[in-house]
Amino acid sequence: MAIYIKGKGNISPQQTWGDSPLLETPVLANGNRFACVEPDYTQFMDVRQLRRMSRILKMGVASGSMALKDAGITVPDGIITGTSYGCLEDTGIFLSKMISNVEHALNPTPFIQSTHNTIGSQIALLLQCQGYNQTYTQRAFSFENALLDALMELQETPAQYFLVGAADEITDTSHAIQQRFGIFTDEHHAGAINGEGVAYFVLSGEKSSQDKVSIHSLATFYNADETALNNGVHQFLADANLKAADIDLLLMGTQGDASEEAVLQSTAGSLFPSSAKGHFKHLSGEYPTATAFAVWLAARMIETQTVPESVSIGKANRPLQRVLIFNSYFGKYHSLILLEAC
Amino acid sequence: MAGTGIISAIGNSVSETLAAFQAQCSGIGHITLFDSVHKNVLPVGEVKLSNEGLCDTLWMPAHTSRTALLGIYAAREAVKASKVDIKRWRTGVISATTVGGMDRTENFFIDYLADNTKGKLRNVLHHECGMSTELIADDLGVNGFISTINTACSSSVNAIALGSRLIKHNQLDVVIAGGTDALSKFTLNGFNSLMILDQQPCRPFDASRAGLNLGEGAAFVVLVSDRVLEAEKIKASAYVNGYANTNDAYHQTASSPEGRGSFGAMQKALAMSGLSPQDIDYINLHGTGTLNNDLSEGTAIARLYGDRYPRLSSTKAFTGHTLGASGGIEAVFSVMAIREQCVFPNLRFETPIPEVGIVPQKSFESGITVNHVMSNSFGFGGNCSSIIFSKN
Repeated sequence: MAIYIKGKGNISPQQTWGDSPLLETPVLANGNRFACVEPDYTQFMDVRQLRRMSRILKMGVASGSMALKDAGITVPDGIITGTSYGCLEDTGIFLSKMISNVEHALNPTPFIQSTHNTIGSQIALLLQCQGYNQTYTQRAFSFENALLDALMELQETPAQYFLVGAADEITDTSHAIQQRFGIFTDEHHAGAINGEGVAYFVLSGEKSSQDKVSIHSLATFYNADETALNNGVHQFLADANLKAADIDLLLMGTQGDASEEAVLQSTAGSLFPSSAKGHFKHLSGEYPTATAFAVWLAARMIETQTVPESVSIGKANRPLQRVLIFNSYFGKYHSLILLEAC
Repeated sequence: MAGTGIISAIGNSVSETLAAFQAQCSGIGHITLFDSVHKNVLPVGEVKLSNEGLCDTLWMPAHTSRTALLGIYAAREAVKASKVDIKRWRTGVISATTVGGMDRTENFFIDYLADNTKGKLRNVLHHECGMSTELIADDLGVNGFISTINTACSSSVNAIALGSRLIKHNQLDVVIAGGTDALSKFTLNGFNSLMILDQQPCRPFDASRAGLNLGEGAAFVVLVSDRVLEAEKIKASAYVNGYANTNDAYHQTASSPEGRGSFGAMQKALAMSGLSPQDIDYINLHGTGTLNNDLSEGTAIARLYGDRYPRLSSTKAFTGHTLGASGGIEAVFSVMAIREQCVFPNLRFETPIPEVGIVPQKSFESGITVNHVMSNSFGFGGNCSSIIFSKN
């Protein structure tokens, strides 16, 4: 079972929308916090709508529109979104007002737009899409859960087009709190950079001659130690009828902090000795739904049959038939997503 | 479905809940859990256990979010009742919540706003929705699969539907699915700013209804495959027979006048189950008590049934609207209706909504035939879900 990528839209700390070649000029983080390179939103919605939307909603609607346009679809059959933090900006606004106004005279708009499903439902509302609508919020499995849902839906009824994506934002408050937790502080986590991004994909179970990339399968491992993860990877490959050597590129979600990713590094090294390796979180930053950025990157690499210098660690000297994304989120969440060239 | 667990304003277990229904005893009352300017003004449906009481009973650390505590409480009851050895199988936990650890975050924010180096970090540790699910899964010793859904007030119906699909697709054998939401000042003020909270105990589906009362609670069901049922030598208390998820795509908070999303959800769930509308013996309505929801949902029911609708009621006059937990709580009520062959009253109903004329169930009634129950859950963002439970 595979599902086919029909369209992509990605707003990230890199220039990932528009016509520029893949990661032509990589943007480096300034300090320990990345910010998305945002498009001119007036091309996606009118000024009146824009005024009411928070940044994550604008990014969500815009990247959704990009994916649909790329796929040549106007209204999808369903919309599935993953977001760990939801709409933090509006949550913070409503909380602050509630406290400073002592629960009096509150504007309901930030409350309405604070729930996690606002992103997916705002897209549905603008498109008048009455189909399946789902939002997952399981920290670093939020996007994986969304993809799994799409895999099952499209396996049952292949001839559908689903808009599937993920969104997470950084706000000043979330960054300040995470730093107080000791995450993304330069002193302790030299390599980990706080990241954000919104990416949507149009996926279908029906193959067409123009398709270049499919998503084959995925797996999530919660609280897995090295043995459990090793077994999980073996099982994943066996279920896909593959050997480790069939993976041309292993795209690793290492965040740059050795203590948090030791299990990923050692599993990747011992299980995939002959695969080329790449990484992406120095480009996206670390955030719970960073694997959506990785799927975009893997798909672009397969399409163009190139591994940008900024991604590659160790040379990839063979055609990219299969890219396996192997993610770790603070050692507690691990996931695998397998993409194949069509 | 092999087991159910529940905690809400009307009881801390399945048996207490049934007793409250039989006694027609509502759980709506004054706010006691936190200080608010709305205390003694806006009634709510509180779980009758403090955080300290919950932590003591569950042996959980004092900083645990109330959302997680309620979830653990109900999930443990469900697993125990199921008699399934969950460690033996590929087991998953799928929870649903809309506020996550907000009950603690809102306290953190008071100090943080004054000085952003202040505020106890342990109070934001459980903020993310997915954290409450981690705590539930860790408590049960489950690490096979975890997921959290937040589609506002329809969340936990979607959690149960996802669990059923994962079993159907042979990804899992056992799923503990449901939802949990604690009362918080954040949601109380949010709904109050929308002017949809009734200052009186709510009157769902009544012509005089004037809004909803917020509630809190958690409920989980244990879903198992046929193989598990056989191997564990247990009997199913009910079956998940159909479900559907649609979007009203009308307005961010209001439902369309014709109830197109809710109509679609009911119709598609029926189609999946292979049942006709007349096969349904009882409908557990979403029935929040707001002018908009009840008219829209009532219109959708009238479109589906005309005048020949089955017994139906909203149980939110008992529990309040428990947001992300409501689909799970009402799923447990649905299973209870099937197991006990009973239906629950729509408390405080007097006069039908003139536009639709629907008269809900007025009293607790047992000794009737309940083979198929449909439960509705609709939410902000136009998210509409319906699910059907059957006896066989």
